[in-house]
Amino acid sequence: MAGLAATFGSGAMTNSISEFDEADLFFVIGSNTTAQHPLIGSRIIKACQRGAKLILVDPRQIQLASFATMHLRHNIGTDVALINGMMNVIISEGLYDKEFVEKRTEDFEGLESVVKKYTPRVVERISGIDANQIEEAARMYAGTKKAMILYAMGITQHATGTDNVKSCANLAMLTGHVGRPSTGVNPLRGQNNVQGACDMGALPNVFSGYQKVTDTNVRKKFEDAWGVDKLDDKVGMTVTDMIKAAQKGELKALYIMGENPMMSDPDSSHVELALSNLDFLVVQDIFLSETAKMADVVLPAVSFAEKDGTYTNTERRVQLSKKAINPLGSARADWEIICEVSRLAGYPMNYACPSEIMHEINMLTPSYGGITYARLEDSWGIQWPCPDKAHPGTGYLHKDKFAKGLGTFMPCEFKPLAEVPDDEYDFLLTTGRIYYHYHTGTMTRRISTLEREAPWSFIEINPADANRIGIRQNDLVEVTSRRGSIKARAEVTPRVPPRVVFSTFHFHEASINLLTNPVYDPVAKIPEYKGCAVKIRRCA
Amino acid sequence: MSKTLSICPFCGCGCNFYLVTKDQRVIGVEPSPKNPINKGMLCVKGWNAYEFINSPQRLDHPLIRKGDSLVPATWEEALKYVADRLNAIKSKYGPHSLGFLSSAKATNEENYLFMKMARAVFKTNNVDHCARL
Repeated sequence: MAGLAATFGSGAMTNSISEFDEADLFFVIGSNTTAQHPLIGSRIIKACQRGAKLILVDPRQIQLASFATMHLRHNIGTDVALINGMMNVIISEGLYDKEFVEKRTEDFEGLESVVKKYTPRVVERISGIDANQIEEAARMYAGTKKAMILYAMGITQHATGTDNVKSCANLAMLTGHVGRPSTGVNPLRGQNNVQGACDMGALPNVFSGYQKVTDTNVRKKFEDAWGVDKLDDKVGMTVTDMIKAAQKGELKALYIMGENPMMSDPDSSHVELALSNLDFLVVQDIFLSETAKMADVVLPAVSFAEKDGTYTNTERRVQLSKKAINPLGSARADWEIICEVSRLAGYPMNYACPSEIMHEINMLTPSYGGITYARLEDSWGIQWPCPDKAHPGTGYLHKDKFAKGLGTFMPCEFKPLAEVPDDEYDFLLTTGRIYYHYHTGTMTRRISTLEREAPWSFIEINPADANRIGIRQNDLVEVTSRRGSIKARAEVTPRVPPRVVFSTFHFHEASINLLTNPVYDPVAKIPEYKGCAVKIRRCA
Repeated sequence: MSKTLSICPFCGCGCNFYLVTKDQRVIGVEPSPKNPINKGMLCVKGWNAYEFINSPQRLDHPLIRKGDSLVPATWEEALKYVADRLNAIKSKYGPHSLGFLSSAKATNEENYLFMKMARAVFKTNNVDHCARL
């Protein structure tokens, strides 16, 4: 998000899901779309069947690979180099959109001077991708007018995640593949309301609608509307900063609503230490999660079925979800609990229903200005920006100019993974999700059909490696990093390249984040889940 | 039986479906054929997105820690305890000793209120959620 915001002025998906049906090429990098976003995945497959091209960049032989025009199985963590290589070809062969670059962007010279070094030959050595294939992919992408870039956590969950995103944005601007239908740079958001949580200002640096906490006028607006004075004028701590501060004893209390950092954060033994170091931990959730078990107070919330509310999907579409049943037991909706805590802490919050809260959001958030419950009841949702009640919403961004005016090229140099395999830790572990489960599994592992299909954790390992160390299908194996160790069953499969193993973070019995490396992208503060060094052995 | 239009709680696609309910229990899911995202289709997670709702493991009353165990409490006790402890810690160590972790699974309205609570009530910008994970 930080990378797109810096280059384009907005961190959100530029285009819409329905535009996939008209696209002629998809450049999919770091997204196992059919597993993570199945209904978007099936759109890509349908498009391929009608003749659209697919350039897939992924080290693993994921399902989309069987539909791909080209599958580039690059070395993990070499995305910046690969995209620089493509841009090198596009510039040196004169395939870039000169008019777009001239009129709509700035700092092209900076990009040119950096990517000059990344010739296909140089990039072949870094990425493991044949120079001819790099050239072919570059020509194919640059030569197709309706070309969409799609990415997900395979791009962002790296210590160089912001650079990876900027590289995607550079590639789209260079070719003028942005600001038109069926083009753009499209990050696929992994959770049902990540986009909405960001839009609503559940971030340390902005209020709702990305209005900066450091801006005096913005603070004044919120102070007046909320009837308070002296709102905090300094950027707050991110999750990862909070965990560190708790460890040091600087953060004393943490209030967690519907998250499970004990399972989802890297190097989880450190997270456990940090949380146990707090004076006070409140967890509000529908289940007694691994994190809730450590709390001083647990507040029972309701599921999506027991409340009204809106969610914003990956294409910025705000949609209304209606209450289907009454709350179970004495559980309460998160918004009701927040109102009560605030009232008891000395600040009355009076809302009769979520639509009243939305009314306040409309008043204070320009991009949500016209998104009212009355309109949502009558439609299939509205895509922001939607500044007023007469505005139809926005299918694709950056039409005649970028959100920030001119798009800025931000060239990036290739940096290797923070932790690379050595003689002792001789494999690279990369993590992700599978089709049957979601996130830390608190919901999907309580669904019998899904649990039947995928009941236990597994480690994918290439047959060549398995043969060499004597591991067979379903053998129990131990995987160890410098931070921890887990046991899981081996899945011997060419889906992973040699010297790479893959697993997921769905299973608390074998919590993969005991192993992952807590190094972060310096800007976005996203951990490097996609690569750390491990060793692997068969359990006796 | 009745049907209520709802949004799938899993990934960011935002597929629309109807929750099929009977006697205050969700007993099934039917995709919405007309909406522009999933057009009547769902993935295996979507088709099964209801079973956890009525799970016997759902929390149905507040819990407060007494020594090593979490024991049942009333809402009044639990909410007052939370508000009092947060206020006390804020007075003793300052607003920046508090942290608020919001949720990418909660609604927009709840995320908005949660950040409003952190900022307006407890006067800190230490508010975030796990978008990064």
